[in-house]
Amino acid sequence: MKNALVINNLYAQTIDGKEILRGVSLTIKIKEKHVLMGPNGGGKSTLAQVLMGHPGYVITKGTIFLDGVDITRISVDKKAKLGLFLGFQYPVEVPGVNFASFLRMAFQEKKSVSLKIFKQNMQKNAKQLGLREDMTERSLNEGFSGGEKKKAEILQMSILKPRYVVLDEPDSGLDVDALQYIAHQVESLNYSFGLLLITHYQRILKYLKPDFVHVLVKGKIVQTGNASLASLIEEKGYNFLFQK
Amino acid sequence: MSNSPFFTNNVYKFGFYQPENDVVRTPKGLSREVVEMISRIKNEPLWMRNFRLQAYMMFEQKMMPTWGADLSGVNFDELYYYVSSSEKKFHDWKEVPIEVLDTYEKIGIPQAEKKFLGGVGAQYDSEVIYQSIKKHLEEKGVIFTDTDTAVQKYPDLVREYFGTIIPPSDNKFAALNSAVWSGGNFIYVPKGVQVEIPLQAYFRMNAKQIGQFERTLIIADEGSYVHYLEGCTAPNHHTATLHAAVVEVIVKKGARVRYTTVQNWSETVYNLVTKRMFIEEEGVGEWIDGNIGSKVTMKYPSLILAGKGASGEVLSMAFAGANQHQDAGGKAIHLAPYTTSMITSKSVSMQGGRASYRGMVKIAKGAKGSKSFVRCDALLLDELSRSDTYPVNIINEQDVTLGHEASVSKVGEQQLFYLMSRGLNESQATSLIVNGFIEPIMKEIPLDYAVELNRFINLSMEGAVG
Repeated sequence: MKNALVINNLYAQTIDGKEILRGVSLTIKIKEKHVLMGPNGGGKSTLAQVLMGHPGYVITKGTIFLDGVDITRISVDKKAKLGLFLGFQYPVEVPGVNFASFLRMAFQEKKSVSLKIFKQNMQKNAKQLGLREDMTERSLNEGFSGGEKKKAEILQMSILKPRYVVLDEPDSGLDVDALQYIAHQVESLNYSFGLLLITHYQRILKYLKPDFVHVLVKGKIVQTGNASLASLIEEKGYNFLFQK
Repeated sequence: MSNSPFFTNNVYKFGFYQPENDVVRTPKGLSREVVEMISRIKNEPLWMRNFRLQAYMMFEQKMMPTWGADLSGVNFDELYYYVSSSEKKFHDWKEVPIEVLDTYEKIGIPQAEKKFLGGVGAQYDSEVIYQSIKKHLEEKGVIFTDTDTAVQKYPDLVREYFGTIIPPSDNKFAALNSAVWSGGNFIYVPKGVQVEIPLQAYFRMNAKQIGQFERTLIIADEGSYVHYLEGCTAPNHHTATLHAAVVEVIVKKGARVRYTTVQNWSETVYNLVTKRMFIEEEGVGEWIDGNIGSKVTMKYPSLILAGKGASGEVLSMAFAGANQHQDAGGKAIHLAPYTTSMITSKSVSMQGGRASYRGMVKIAKGAKGSKSFVRCDALLLDELSRSDTYPVNIINEQDVTLGHEASVSKVGEQQLFYLMSRGLNESQATSLIVNGFIEPIMKEIPLDYAVELNRFINLSMEGAVG
């Protein structure tokens, strides 16, 4: 399917054989906002990692198609080049690697741009996110506070402009202001993309209105609904889903 | 050709060689006659001839060092100890023999000289063939010449210091150098003179089966400053060559000397070098030591902190690829009160290469209030490669501060995954991680060298990552 990220009956396990995803199916079209919720250990973060191609997991069954291209088993960088982006729950520190140089290098993989224009654009976006100006001159994620790390992920996304964005708990460890910033920035990006937002909490949904809410339990999506499903979960917890 | 990522034809761009049009060459092997012949070619004063002959006797008596890298490939009988391609030295590139000029142009020396250097000394096999110094430095009394010329022109100054920091008896290769030395640079910076742009030496071994034994002596008089840079390359021959230099640096009261080396010898070179700085009161000595090439390197630049308040720093960086052993590090000997030293070592091992940190901190009785800090970090790119650390501390004074930190890390799966998730391929991602790892040292290296190193790392990773 064009203009969609299609996950079909995906099974995945860790390299030492522990099965975590057990038949996930999900279609994210461009311009759609999906929220994935679920209890701890249900496989939310694993799904994010498996989609991106983390070497610690093996896909045993099922497929992932991006704009009609089978990306189930292609390398991580190729997925990125095709337009998939993962905002990490725990962005990795890379000492000595300048944030701006790194981001420009990644950007140049797609499109050439002068250093000056690139930096101007990056500074503008950084400012909108409420990031300190010198942050982009520091080492990638090194010594960033929790909030800075999360915002820096969104900054990378806003520059790289991927077609499909998976944000793995961008709201954890953030205060309300930071949360608002992030949600606002994601909402106000001036191009179309499909979003899969993984979260524990409903609070980010105050600022970011999803089209769909899915609940992942034990490696399977057990319920799909609209924004009201999230409110229901907030109110009653996940248990009500099993009390039918 | 080995499968080392450093020295495939694509990567090691200095592996070319020129025809051996040497005009003077001693017979193969080492003997008293060869030592005398070298002294005669140079028309040396008697004291230097005797110095050589005594050193030769010490060389004969001393055992090969067995505590470090494997030196079994060094065969003293198979080497030529003196090879000269020109009877003259030149001060204008236009006069330099064409194949020699071609070599230096490929390396980029004349170009760099115009851009940012205060002077250049270019050694080709045994002799310094080209020497220059900016006029304004000469007018201030700065001497920058090859050491052979210095023996003739400034005998008193040379004789006062030559062999005093590193006597021939120090080790077998210091003895060897003392016996057969040729070339190298002599620098004298007068009191209070600041040499604001670097002086550059370039060492090139062209001939097969040679030994290069340059001898460098730097004297920075009180309150002066100089930055000396040296680069080294050689062709890809199939037989072993030997580079055994001796470098003595005297930092007088309140002076500062920075000595930067980027060593990129080809894969057949045994690089066994003794380097030492003697630092007087309130003086500052700095070694920045980059080891990329060679088959085996054993080199531990040393700081002798002899005057009150003297300080020194060693920044050592080593890359060990396939079939390479980089045994590098640094030493700090604190002899006076309130002296400080810092040794930072960063090594990267890949494709089965081996990098060792070997270092020593010695604090003598009476060196009260002295401080030393040693940090060594190793990065391993694969399971085949190896890293070792051999630190020694000898502390004979109570009132001191001593710190040591060491780490060994592997290029992390998480880091690679993270960088690749932004669209960088594996070799780009690895290059970034490696460049980031050595960044604290890179930022101390002059830009032109840093650019070259960066290019080298990127090319190496293309070969190193499957």
